[in-house]
Amino acid sequence: MMRRDECLRLLAARLPADQIVVAAYTAAFDWIALRPSPLNYISSGAMGLTSSHALGFAIGMPDRRIVLLDGDGSLLMNLGALVTIADAAPKNLVHFLCRNGTYEANGSHPIPGRGRVDFAGMARAAGYPRCYRFADLATFETGIGSLLQEEGPVFADLELEPGEKYPRDYGVMHGAQIRRDFAAALKGGAA
Amino acid sequence: MGEVTEDAVLHGGAIIAAVKESGVRTVVALPDRTTAAGLLRPIESDPALRLVRVCKEDEAVGISAALSYCDHRALVLIQYTGLLDSVNALRGVAVEYGMPVCMMVGLLGKEPGVAPTASKQYGLRIVEPILDAMGIAHHLIETDEDVAKIKPAIDDAYARSQPVALLVGRRPVAP
Repeated sequence: MMRRDECLRLLAARLPADQIVVAAYTAAFDWIALRPSPLNYISSGAMGLTSSHALGFAIGMPDRRIVLLDGDGSLLMNLGALVTIADAAPKNLVHFLCRNGTYEANGSHPIPGRGRVDFAGMARAAGYPRCYRFADLATFETGIGSLLQEEGPVFADLELEPGEKYPRDYGVMHGAQIRRDFAAALKGGAA
Repeated sequence: MGEVTEDAVLHGGAIIAAVKESGVRTVVALPDRTTAAGLLRPIESDPALRLVRVCKEDEAVGISAALSYCDHRALVLIQYTGLLDSVNALRGVAVEYGMPVCMMVGLLGKEPGVAPTASKQYGLRIVEPILDAMGIAHHLIETDEDVAKIKPAIDDAYARSQPVALLVGRRPVAP
């Protein structure tokens, strides 16, 4: 199992400054603290829709890689998205699942099927051509470089435990400013 | 609605033309019995439109919202039951975030010439009141004359970055 902050730091170090990252809830708060950027999109609007937003960005910007940091609780709410994404087959989408086995934002209650659900297996069965599991930092660090270069959609299950706790400001997440900043950054200017 | 008769016609080709004239490039759909033959089937083979098939209608809300950031207009094509199933997604993404989610919604089983709120079917009766409660603009498309509402409605949705529902009240005739 990997500490989430350490895992995300490894990922952040491999991404260019202009990388678009779509992140869900708890992972989103960690991500924006570790790697602030106006090109982080954390406004899913409703739990489960982070992956759908990522697919929309991938279709709308086929020449840009889209990195998705999904949550296991979120993905369980929208499992059909695995099939939808595989069917749309966006070559530019990398779907990381930040699997902590809990609804961390809602009191850390366990997700159904905790420890038994095979998310990478479900992604493969849904039609993702490349699926991976990472449970230790050394293997992740070795594999992340080539994974990010592969033709997507790529699915990578990250077995995580909470690490350092970063601010959880839902006002920022749901506020209009972060979305305005994102829109402006896409267009190449300041909000 | 008394002037809309049972034998009034709604042509799918006219609807699709209006959708394309509105700048829509992607249709995000889950088959709806009202529009499956007259709209979705021809859209499948239309080279000017990309079709994204979803497993559940609320996915379409997220996909089309994200596309709007890319200056890419999309149309969600679903059944009214899927609209009802997507209320939370519409609440969070379309309404509270102010995103131009444009939906074309088949009113399965609506009696021709009868207002949705006067339908014998409970599910149909509650569609417009729910949209009104959420502040989502909606327009009934039931005859070829109504097709003229489509482009202004979609243009307005993108201009104001607000959702809109185009409610299809009868089966469009396939092109």
